Amino acid sequence: MKNPIGNLNKVFDSRIRVGVMSILMINQEISFNDLKQLLELTDGNLASHLINLEENGFIKVHKGFIGRKTNTTYSITKAGEKAFKDHLEALEGIIKGMNKG
Amino acid sequence: MDHPSPANESLETLQDIRRMMERSSRFISLSGLSGVSAGVCALIGAYIAHGWIADYYGNLVRGGVIRGYNDLHGSMYEDAQQLKWKLIGLAIAVLAAALLSSTFFTWRRARKSNLPIWDVTSKKLFINMLIPLIAGGLFVLGMLYHADWDYVAPTCLVFYGLALVNASKYTLTDIRYLGFLEIILGCVSMYYLHWGIYFWTIGFGVLHIIYGLIMWWKYERGGSV
Repeated sequence: MKNPIGNLNKVFDSRIRVGVMSILMINQEISFNDLKQLLELTDGNLASHLINLEENGFIKVHKGFIGRKTNTTYSITKAGEKAFKDHLEALEGIIKGMNKG
Repeated sequence: MDHPSPANESLETLQDIRRMMERSSRFISLSGLSGVSAGVCALIGAYIAHGWIADYYGNLVRGGVIRGYNDLHGSMYEDAQQLKWKLIGLAIAVLAAALLSSTFFTWRRARKSNLPIWDVTSKKLFINMLIPLIAGGLFVLGMLYHADWDYVAPTCLVFYGLALVNASKYTLTDIRYLGFLEIILGCVSMYYLHWGIYFWTIGFGVLHIIYGLIMWWKYERGGSV
């Protein structure tokens, strides 16, 4: 039998990265501060995970301004959406497989 | 069966994902007691307004018997103007009291469950609720400007119902049904214009209280709130 966790995406091992992706799946665009508040994280911690997701091509960064303050927003890429859906399917597969016994 | 198996871990991850999706898209701290308090404010306001309107028509009838026509005509206009301003003042006071009290109960619930009251979800809820409400408010002001009072109650009900239906995408989905009821009530009241204040009282008073109690029963009863 195939390794049941073989289809899981390593990038999504982290709960924080899964959280970011879940939020971006249903919110077209979301700001850094809103993400921080929703996930209850510190700046540094969230930033490193966002860089990781960006480097994997799963999210897009938009740097804008509100007045003179920077306003960085994030959105999901096509590749990110596909990777996350595949990951969800793999998770579902594991649960179904175990239920069958 | 508490040992971590891949299936248990996967299930937990999926539940996490679901929670994050819900939390980032819906404002779930809306308290049922907010509905009840807004309904109570509306009932008190309607009771006061009903008294004023009854007084006004009472004076009108008495005046008609005692005074001559010309005299009556002048004072009738003044009385009507005065009643109009009193009712507008009362409406603003009721709106303020309803907003303050309902914000208080929702703030209290958010604090108890350690969720922020002003975040991305409450902002979305606020903006999407405000769009039909401001349109309705301007519409009603336009009617008052044209001295047309007959359709104020139905218009308030219909626009408020539309605001709730629109807002239901960003908070507890149950308010969608309250929205439908308000819209139906508003449309029906178009055909019973003289009963406007009663329809208004049912829509903003009675329905809010019933809805609030149901929501409280469904979501908050178990907790300490």
